[in-house]
Amino acid sequence: MEGWDPNTKSTLTQIPLLSTKAGPRDGAAWTQRLKEEYKALIAYTQMNKSNDNDWFRISAANPEGTRWTGKCWYVHNLLKYEFDLQFDIPVTYPATAPELELPQLDGKTQKMYRGGKICLTVHFKPLWAKNCPRFGIAHALCLGLAPWLAAEIPILVDSGMIKHKDDASSSNES
Amino acid sequence: MEAELKDMTDDLESLKRSLPDSSLHASVDKLKLHVENLAKMVKSATVQRSKVKDMSAEVVDSNPYSRLMALQRMGIVENYERIREFSVAIVGIGGVGSVAAEMLTRCGIGRLLLYDYDKVELANMNRLFFRPEQVGMTKTDAAVQTLSDINPDVVLESFTLNITTVQGFETFMASLKNKSFCPSKEGSGVDLVLSCVDNYEARMAVNQACNELTQTWMESGVSEDAVSGHIQLLIPGETACFACAPPLVVASGVDERTLKREGVCAASLPTTMGVVAGLLVQNTLKYLLKFGQVSPYLGYNSLKDYFPTMAMKPNPQCSNAACLERQKEYLVAKPARDAAAKAKREAEASLAPEGPLHDDNEWNISVVDDSDLGRIDATSAGALPEGLTHELPSADEFEKSPAPVPADTSVDDLEALQKQLEALNAD
Repeated sequence: MEGWDPNTKSTLTQIPLLSTKAGPRDGAAWTQRLKEEYKALIAYTQMNKSNDNDWFRISAANPEGTRWTGKCWYVHNLLKYEFDLQFDIPVTYPATAPELELPQLDGKTQKMYRGGKICLTVHFKPLWAKNCPRFGIAHALCLGLAPWLAAEIPILVDSGMIKHKDDASSSNES
Repeated sequence: MEAELKDMTDDLESLKRSLPDSSLHASVDKLKLHVENLAKMVKSATVQRSKVKDMSAEVVDSNPYSRLMALQRMGIVENYERIREFSVAIVGIGGVGSVAAEMLTRCGIGRLLLYDYDKVELANMNRLFFRPEQVGMTKTDAAVQTLSDINPDVVLESFTLNITTVQGFETFMASLKNKSFCPSKEGSGVDLVLSCVDNYEARMAVNQACNELTQTWMESGVSEDAVSGHIQLLIPGETACFACAPPLVVASGVDERTLKREGVCAASLPTTMGVVAGLLVQNTLKYLLKFGQVSPYLGYNSLKDYFPTMAMKPNPQCSNAACLERQKEYLVAKPARDAAAKAKREAEASLAPEGPLHDDNEWNISVVDDSDLGRIDATSAGALPEGLTHELPSADEFEKSPAPVPADTSVDDLEALQKQLEALNAD
């Protein structure tokens, strides 16, 4: 965890850790894991709101809790940039981390695999592997997606790859 | 295509007849000539051989299998034609998988199952197999197109799916279990699974499936700097599974999970990928047709042309539950295996000619059995000579499971939790 900013670190320590090692094919154990995932996500969302640092919405898109969809946003130069967020729980979860996807940014940055999967290889996957099964979806968002947005969105905005939605509509009108 | 062109010729003919103005006849004739030329070109382009019922060893130019059947005459393979009974599943039809598929197709393998979810891109053209005109097709469709042209005898089944998703994995498992091709076969419906994928998640998924099905498989990989690679044989319970010891940790001290994937910035070379595909299929042929020694692990370092081999035992503390089950089964079956090996040795010994090899032994030379020496070592394994101690304690304790976090029992209903999150999401 060297090299992480103290804010992320202190946030991370407040997200409840998970204890059930179970994937989507493990029946009742998966339901137990899912409960722990929800508890961690609820705690993290509440914490973000109370710190005025709300930055994502995520909810299960199917009853089994294997597909998740939502939104995430990042504020750069006082403008809010919002993106769709989606991912599947891999069959070998939690041994392997979920692959977070921002489909709207597919093809706009090199730090991404096909289909809009953000590159988590260096900054996040080793951490996930070391902390299996204690890390869950909330940790993946905190340690995987948040630093990725902080690193990539300013570059994408400054290079003109993405435009703010107000900007885009006004330039279309003119 | 041919039928379409034939119809077009007929239509032009009837058009010509129905035209009141005969001045247009010449241009219709010209059109007809073009169509006929096209038909000829199509015909010459699609010369596909018909299926062959039996593999013949006859040495004639028209026999696609004469060079392969010659392996029998050379005493390498006992019965080459058995290859038609085998099914091989290839997961990942990329730089290695597509070439491996072509090699097996040309060898006349019975059935190939192909799995991939990607499309062919121009960025793939530095590797073998796919052609620029196939850009945009799914890799599975493009592979079936080429492979069925090369050898129509091979039964090809393709699956365009991602095996790491829950649904994809179920289809993957079901397709491996399907025994319709060879109902008499024991175990699963395939003889071997070849993993030719480019990422950790997919390898773990193949590992999971094969451990659950007790399915022997081979793993392959090329490093992201494109100058080294490896193949590895994995027999659940008998050898290390992928979760027991990821191969790259052993090969270079790099944690497998820090690997980048092809799409982002990995380098690739047709040479390294071709070499690894060749090593993989050679090991596959040796395994299926029972000749030579099947390598448990073979590395390839192209910078130094160094090919390390080694064997890896399963990890008794493997994190994969199915792997531990297979290890237990393998240990339980040990007496039966030893008995079978002994019976085989005795059968071979009884075939060997009786009597001394040499009538006189002027120098009293005697041969000591190597296996006796080996046995001594085996019994004392773990015990050290007097005066020596292990520097590190032996790892005989299972990794402690994380201390149970005091569970928050205030809410323990999934729906209630779901609603709570939705409420937070709403504002």
